[in-house]
Amino acid sequence: MSPLLAVLSQDLRLAYRRRGEMTTPLMFFILVTMLFPLGLSPQPELLRTIAPGVLWVAALLAALISQQSLFKSDFDDGTLEQWLLIPAPLELLALARVASHWFVSGLPLVVLSPLMGILMNYPEAAMAEMALSLLFGTAILSLLGAVGAALTVGLRQSGVLLPILVLPLAIPVLIFGAQAAAQAARGEDPSGALYLLAALLVLGITLVPFAIAAAIRVSMES
Amino acid sequence: MTSRLKAEDLGLWRGDRCLCRGVSFTLDDGTLLQLVGANGSGKTSLLRAVAGIGRLDEGRLSWDDQPIRRPSAYQGDLAYVGHHNGLKQHLSATENYLFYQIVAEYSSSITASEALGLFGLAGVADRPVALLSMGQKRRAALARLLALKARLWLLDEPLGSLDAAGTALVMRLLRQHLEQGGMAMVSTHQPLELGSLPVQRLEMGTVS
Repeated sequence: MSPLLAVLSQDLRLAYRRRGEMTTPLMFFILVTMLFPLGLSPQPELLRTIAPGVLWVAALLAALISQQSLFKSDFDDGTLEQWLLIPAPLELLALARVASHWFVSGLPLVVLSPLMGILMNYPEAAMAEMALSLLFGTAILSLLGAVGAALTVGLRQSGVLLPILVLPLAIPVLIFGAQAAAQAARGEDPSGALYLLAALLVLGITLVPFAIAAAIRVSMES
Repeated sequence: MTSRLKAEDLGLWRGDRCLCRGVSFTLDDGTLLQLVGANGSGKTSLLRAVAGIGRLDEGRLSWDDQPIRRPSAYQGDLAYVGHHNGLKQHLSATENYLFYQIVAEYSSSITASEALGLFGLAGVADRPVALLSMGQKRRAALARLLALKARLWLLDEPLGSLDAAGTALVMRLLRQHLEQGGMAMVSTHQPLELGSLPVQRLEMGTVS
């Protein structure tokens, strides 16, 4: 078994053992989405207008919450030290970690998003496009968050620093993602924004692991 | 005999404080280097730098006369047990052992139950590591040495929180390792009872 698969299977087993913790970002996503109809007004027309933005911002915040723990326990228990000694490229191990993180925290959110779409009176015909935009988006956010998490893992007060580092980078993802969902809701063709998101994801998978690996090395140096 | 690991003029700085400078040593097959020195004298930093985890500010390290770069053949050949045990708290000792055996470049044929049994963990091998005592966690971390077929062992305070039987076991494994031509760098305050085997001592903290 390759190191990539070993990290993946270890992560998934750990996620299963800590499945209570793993549902926290999902709960957060549901609750934040539910606050908007309560706080603004439950008019169907208003909800339909704001639904793409609300769903996307809630997904972004939920992703941020889950990213705090991406490398934290590995730093604390010394696993990251051992990662540096595994004779496989660190970039590959980092990519495996991002993949497992997305599978556990991003994918459930995507699966649940149509349900929250119904709550927000999002048109059912456009549900697939909205979920697709979140599918690409959450994967990109996992990649970006991993860079921030790796950079801040050695710091004591990383709680606030991570969102400050990651949110500016997430803005393009939010713009295109919410645009795709809004276009689909209006019955327009969202493929332009979706292609851009997919391109961002491919670019991220190609380049971001190098940034994560470099950030881990920097964090482990002292 | 060739010098496997050669360190020349190593220097470590933390901020503007010099932990050590001009540290040179060589390790040959079957030899052990004991790091001694007061707390805060840089033993851990030196071990981490030699492992390629921490930053080396000055000097050169070479392995088989090749400068060390990562990821290199050198890293497949070393096992490091640091202050942190490197064990996943929610996995059992067996699962932790198997993970390191799978990802190793040269893994041994020693099974998890054999290794953990040797370390006296047979009864708790399938419990989450979080439920083990400090000493048992340390034993589980040291069992990793048996999962890898590493020629160089880098051990940072391996005897910490171990009982007398655990200490004797580590000494026995160190002896075996050295007799088979392995090398070790060990930081510890306790005297190493290795019989007639050569032990070099490196005093840390003598540079201010």
